[in-house]
Amino acid sequence: MDRIIHTPITKEIADSLHVGDMVYLTGQIYTARDAAHKRMFEAVQKGEALPIDLKDATIYYMGPSPAREGRPIGSAGPTTASRMDKYAPTFMDMGQTCMIGKGKRSDAVHEAVVRNHAVYLAAIGGAGALLSKCITASEVVAYDDLGTEAIRLLTVENFPAIVVLDSTGRDAYLEAEEEAKKQNQA
Amino acid sequence: MRTVEASVITEEISKMCIEANYHLSKDMMQVFGQAKDNETSPLGKKIFDQLCENLKIADTDTIPICQDTGMAVIFVKLGQDVHVTGANLTDAINEGVRKGYTEGFLRKSVVRDPIDRVNTKDNTPAIIHYDIVPGEQIEITMAPKGFGSENMSRVFMLKPADGIEGVKNAVLTAVRDAGPNACPPMVVGVGIGGTFEKCAFLAKKALTREIGSHSPIPYVSELEQELLTKINALGIGPAGLGGSTTAFAVFVETFPTHIAGLPVAVNICCHVNRHVTRVI
Repeated sequence: MDRIIHTPITKEIADSLHVGDMVYLTGQIYTARDAAHKRMFEAVQKGEALPIDLKDATIYYMGPSPAREGRPIGSAGPTTASRMDKYAPTFMDMGQTCMIGKGKRSDAVHEAVVRNHAVYLAAIGGAGALLSKCITASEVVAYDDLGTEAIRLLTVENFPAIVVLDSTGRDAYLEAEEEAKKQNQA
Repeated sequence: MRTVEASVITEEISKMCIEANYHLSKDMMQVFGQAKDNETSPLGKKIFDQLCENLKIADTDTIPICQDTGMAVIFVKLGQDVHVTGANLTDAINEGVRKGYTEGFLRKSVVRDPIDRVNTKDNTPAIIHYDIVPGEQIEITMAPKGFGSENMSRVFMLKPADGIEGVKNAVLTAVRDAGPNACPPMVVGVGIGGTFEKCAFLAKKALTREIGSHSPIPYVSELEQELLTKINALGIGPAGLGGSTTAFAVFVETFPTHIAGLPVAVNICCHVNRHVTRVI
């Protein structure tokens, strides 16, 4: 089912999203990928303050290509989410409610999604040109030295993504695999 | 002996980096259209619509097809009767990559050291494979390689007794494990034989073949077809959300090997299978 969702994504909103829903996201979301996750995680371990507030935050695992003049951003599709699995449960325990990426997640991430009433969405991998059209503004808000891996605050409009992990513990990839197994046996 | 100015090579490489990242080759464009029509999953069809729209936007609005504009992999067939002047050939190629990635607004995704991970900020160095051939031409293929799919690639050192069934299992294992992470529909490059590094090279090279081409070796051509059918029966589908299109093509390259070994490499490429070839 199609769902029009405005940020911030509260735990109630996350709970209302189910595997297979097509979400069109409008509002503000952060970007962070490998290097920014590592740095934030180390800050948490040292007891230091984070540069962004994680409460009800959506983090898009994405490092854009450079913006041409007059445009907010370059190509902007999702990166593989599993590389963030080491860090994501901690951030969800601190209030993050939504992750956007692509690909499978670890058991620890599954459990953290359920425990925290969060949600994992997949954007279409390799559709960076199309997705850039849904981003109307982009501003680096932390870790500028990381270049494409810096933390950005994006303003998005009808950004399309599909619910892959929901807070009831369902997994769209697993369900697709099981469906294929059933068909092959039939 | 023919003389080629290094600056000519730099200029060509620069243009190829840009072209490869904004426009897919004709064979790839065609296979997208065919696969969309044949896809059985309604969600899969919808994803194909988005992917086709993405290619159109990349082309008309000059936005890279994918934000991962890759590490620059470059195959050079250097005619042995060519003399390159003005600069070292490797430097000329890297200068072309630097220029292309900067002027083309392409992402700089290369770090100078795998552990300290400081970005080189110009996407160099390129990965360059030289092949010395007869003649006085230089043929260059530029293939930017994204790492979502690269990370899911594998080398299997099988035993001769594993035979062709072992090879099939290895390829299917790699593709199944890659699943949604590798941005399916994929193109699957397979290298069989040689040594540890030779099979990996063959698998990479296989990805630059034209969609629709078949191996000239009958059993290899049959293997390509059988693997494609079996991969698509896995049901991973577009974006890994289920469907009948998991791969567009399987390309297998073989090479003589040692009496004790059966090396197999599986290099997976996402649906943005980019490559441009020019002859100088």
